[in-house]
Formats: sequence, C-alpha cells, structure tokens
Amino acid sequence: MTARLREAFERAAGEKRAALVAYLTFGDPNVQTSLDVVEAVAKAGADVIELGVPYSDPSADGPSIQRAMERALDRGASLPGALDAVAELRRRGVETPIVLFGYYNPIFVMGVERFAERAHAAGIDAVLTVDLPIDEIAELATPLAAKGVAVIPLVAPTSTPARIARLAPFNAPFVYYISLTGVTGSKAAAPVDPARIQMIRDAAQAPVAVGFGIRTPADAARFAAVADGVVVGTALVDQVAGGDASGAPARVAELVAALSRALGR
Amino acid sequence: MSTADEIARLVEPTGGRFGEFGGQYVAETLMPAIGELEVAWRAARSDPDFWSEVDALLEDYVGRPSRLYRAARLSAEVGAQVFLKREDLNHTGAHKINNCIGQAVLARRMGKRRLIAETGAGQHGVATATVAALFALPCEIYMGAEDVVRQSLNVERMRLLGATVHPVESGTRTLKDAMNEALRDWVTNVGDTFYLIGSVAGPHPYPWMVRDLQSVIGREAMAQIYAAVGRMPDALVACVGGGSNAAGLFAPFVDDENVKLVGVEAAGDGVETGRHAATLTAGRVGVLHGSKSYVLTHEDDERMGQIAHAHSISAGLDYPGVGPEHAAWKASGRATYLARTDDQALAALERLARTEGILCALETAHAIAALDEVAASVGKDGIIIVGLSGRGDKDMVTVAQRRSTPGQVP
Repeated sequence: MTARLREAFERAAGEKRAALVAYLTFGDPNVQTSLDVVEAVAKAGADVIELGVPYSDPSADGPSIQRAMERALDRGASLPGALDAVAELRRRGVETPIVLFGYYNPIFVMGVERFAERAHAAGIDAVLTVDLPIDEIAELATPLAAKGVAVIPLVAPTSTPARIARLAPFNAPFVYYISLTGVTGSKAAAPVDPARIQMIRDAAQAPVAVGFGIRTPADAARFAAVADGVVVGTALVDQVAGGDASGAPARVAELVAALSRALGR
Repeated sequence: MSTADEIARLVEPTGGRFGEFGGQYVAETLMPAIGELEVAWRAARSDPDFWSEVDALLEDYVGRPSRLYRAARLSAEVGAQVFLKREDLNHTGAHKINNCIGQAVLARRMGKRRLIAETGAGQHGVATATVAALFALPCEIYMGAEDVVRQSLNVERMRLLGATVHPVESGTRTLKDAMNEALRDWVTNVGDTFYLIGSVAGPHPYPWMVRDLQSVIGREAMAQIYAAVGRMPDALVACVGGGSNAAGLFAPFVDDENVKLVGVEAAGDGVETGRHAATLTAGRVGVLHGSKSYVLTHEDDERMGQIAHAHSISAGLDYPGVGPEHAAWKASGRATYLARTDDQALAALERLARTEGILCALETAHAIAALDEVAASVGKDGIIIVGLSGRGDKDMVTVAQRRSTPGQVP
C-alpha cells in the first residue's frame, strides 16, 4: 500500500504543508478506547497514523511510551489484537494510511509470512520495526513486499552517507528521520540541517518525516519548514494518559488539530 | 604460541552470525557505533600489542592463570576424574573480570571516555566498576530495582569503586530491563560512551568479542590438562545464563569432536512449571537485545512475542536469552544443554563445599549438579573439566534463607 502513503504526502505537499504522522500505542488506555482515539485522530487531520504494538522490552522508547506499552499489555493488547484493530478501523471507514510500529520479536514469533498475510488483509500500509536496521530488514521486507505492504526505513543523526545511500532499493513510501540521538520523548528536538534532509530525500527518492522530541505546534511548525512530514508521538501519548480514559479521544484530537494547523509553509 | 595466534584459531562469525544466529538487531542510531566497534575489535584481536597489554593485566592484576585443580574427593563421589577451572580465584571473584579487562583496554584504544554496563547479580557490574577505577573512567551501571534489593552488597561494592548505580524500575525490574536501559543510555550518548556488555549476548560483534576475551579460560585449561594428564579431556561442563564462561571454556576445544561440551541451564522450580531460565532447553528462536538466538517468549495469541519472565535462584542465570553461538552449537549438535533446578543447584553447592572445601556461586552450582550425569557418560577414567565460574560469598544470604525455609526463593 505504498500508493496510499505516497498520496498522503503528495496531498500535503500540494496544500503547501508538511504531513502529520500521529503516533499512538494500540491498547492504551484500553483496547476499545484506543480504537476511538485513532478514529478521532484521523478525523482531526492526521495524514498518517503510526500505531505502536506494545512490547515487553521497548529498548528504543522513553518513559512515556514505555508506560503506555505497559498499560496496554496489562489490558491484554497484543500483535494479533493490533492487526484485528486495524481491520476494525477499516470497517469503521477510517481511510488514513496506517503504519504499524513495533519491535521485531512479536512479528518473528508470529512468522513473517503469516504476519505479512494478516497485515495485508487488515489494511496496514507499512511496517516500521525499530530493531531491524537496513542490514537486517530484508527478512521482513521481502515477505511484506510480496503482499504489497511497505517498510519504513529509519535514518539517525549518526547514519553515515554510505548507509543513507543504501536506502534507494527500498522504494519506501517515506523515510523516518530521527532528529536526535536518544529514545522517544527524551528531550527537545535539535534543529535539523535542511541539506541533510535533502540528502536523505535524494538517496531514498522518497519524502522524509522527522520525529523524536517534537511536542508542540511551535515545534511542529519549525520542522514543517524543512521536512515533508512531522511525527508526533510522546505528546499524544501523554494526552491519552492525562485524564479519564473516556476523554482520551477528545484530548488527543484537540492536540492533533492544533498540530495540523501549524504545519503550513 | 602468542595469544594473538591462539585467538586467530577460534571460529569467526560469518556476516556477523554463527550459523543462522546472531546479527545486529538494533536501532539505526547504534549501527555506526557497533560498526566502529567491529572494526576496532577485528584490529585488536590480531594485534600482539593489544594482547600483551591485556595479558599483563590478567597476570598481574587478575591473578591469572587460574588454577586447574584435581578434585579428588568429588571425583570419587561422582565416578570420573574431575578437574575444576578455578575462575572463582580471580580478582573480584568470578570470570567476569577477564572480559572487562579486555573491553576496557579496547575502550581506551578507541578513545571512549565513559563506561556503561548492565548487571543482574552484580558480578559484571562489580567487575566493570573495578576496571573503570583501574582505568580512571567514569562508570554507570544499570541494575534492575529488584536486583538492587536482592544484591545490596554488590551495589555497595560498585559504589565504593566509584560507579553510579541506576536502579531500573521498568518491566520486570531485573537483568533484561537493565539491559534495555543500558541500550537507551548508549543510544543517547553513543558518541563518547563504551557499552561494556557482560555476556556473549547483544548484537555482533559482542558475542564474538566476549567469547574471544573469555577464551583465556579454555586456552589455559587446555595447556593445564595436558600438563596434568597428557591428553585432552573427555568432557567440559559449565553453567549457561547468557553463556560467557561456557563459551570461553568451550571455544578452544570446539574443533576436537572427541571432547563433549555440556552447558547447564537453570531449571528454576522445574522446566515443566514454566518458572525457569532454561532458554536453550525450553525456549525457541527469537530476537532479543540485538541478536537472533533462543529466547523465552510467549507464543499464545494474547502475549505473542512478549519476552517471558525468567526465574532462577541464581540471579546470574536469571535471563530469558542466551548467546547466539550457544544456539548454533545446539543446532549443530556440537554441544549438549542440560537444565538443573534451584534445589539441585543448592544440593550441588553443599556437596562441593563438603567434599572439596570450596564455596562456589549458585550459578556455578548448576554445572556441579550435572556432574553425575556427565560422569556416567565418560566413565571412571574419563576426564571432566568443570568451569568453576565464581565464588559463593555473594550468595550466602540467599543460601542461608533457602536452607532455613526449603522451597522458598528469597
């Protein structure tokens, strides 16, 4: 489903703004409410939804997303549950492209072929696995590609030009650029060099979304000026946790709407 | 033969893997750092200057070579010729220091200015804090909050040595969570920080590098057994958590198919109870902490791919993963893996104390507990070398509590 993701970025570019990629953890604060949150976020203007599959050992995530994943696991959230949830969202009429975010072990244990089949059937557009660098990603990307599901490669501040040059064959719908060395939500995003974004864009022949440390509409506006997309995660997860479960969809949607308005160029 | 020559004879991973196991399953941010580490390790392991520095420290500071002791009374009890490779006599009381010395020398060569490490029982944390003091490097240790309470004496040792100990409150608050937190630190401070992993786990090149550094155990043992009896042993036995002392003992003997290699995992309350840490015995292939290997992981729909809780009376074996080279040895049949329960380990600890006057660590006791079975397979003239990986002082509170209330894990 590379096309639907590409279209989301092209539509945003046509409207002279960056695309908003909104991260949420499946199952937080509970399975049913998290579906309502995603639906509300889609209606509030998110261009892409990144849905996190909770994992017992999220070694690339900071405290907010760690706790969200723990809450979700306590409520019985799982990889099969996340796949069912996406299918349910599609039945509810949510057309926003969905990127499944997670760690590799649950996918590996399910079996990559079976996962690819179920991801395709559920209506998942792409998969982002934080512990599958481009050196290891073929074992997942190949079976996914056979089902028309893309992978989203990550580029870090530490990635060398030689590594960035290796992105071309992935035909990625977009590339996720991590704005800082660290875990999610840990500190304020550092300024990003527009020339580096351009280098990644040229190497991957794909739009570049920037994430990590982007919390407020003002942060988002700063990055919208240089990147094709802006990823916001921890700030939304904090809204989920910041009050009654029943109020979570409205709280998150309000922030998404404000972020969305800030992305014009 | 020089150390560099001996090391050159050990198996190298191919494409970062031992068979299908190993690899580099880590965040992109860390890839350049582990690439840099791999280049540095490849250069160091063939550099005689690196080894002369390491070997001098192992001799003068650690007290190597460690003794290979013929355990006559234990031999008579089990019905085989048993030799104990006395890593418990090393400075800091276990084999962990061998690896820490080597990695600290490498960190200094690479110009890294800060050491971080994870620890479970605290033995690797103490060994890391020790070399940090020796090399005048700042040192931060991540330790599960539960282990901080269970192993308070080792926390105090690390602090006395000048390290900062961070209790980790996430997840199960044990070793695997400490490793997650150390990875988070590394990804944040990757420029100046050296992550000193304590076992043959983690992404390539760690399993390879740590095994090379621990191979001093097996390289010495081979020379010592020849000096003592004039021939190769029939079997090697060592406990396996992550598997560094076993890998270090086994690696130089791998080419000699006549030498049986036996790893002993922690069966906790019994493998059938689900409360165990017997990853190779009862786990399956998965991906944890940067490598593909055997892991303890759930397979049912509700918890698919979540890492399972490990359980062992011995904190050093209480880990739901295992080094990828052990997975490869299991897959090829080159090594055999057994499992022994908490109670069997405790009985073995008492047996070694009674017969030989040696108080071993609870980790090591799992290897002792497998001796009857291994002895039966080699016969009374058969020669067995046991990796006596550490001393038991750290475990005396646990042992005392367990002896006063059998069946209860403190």
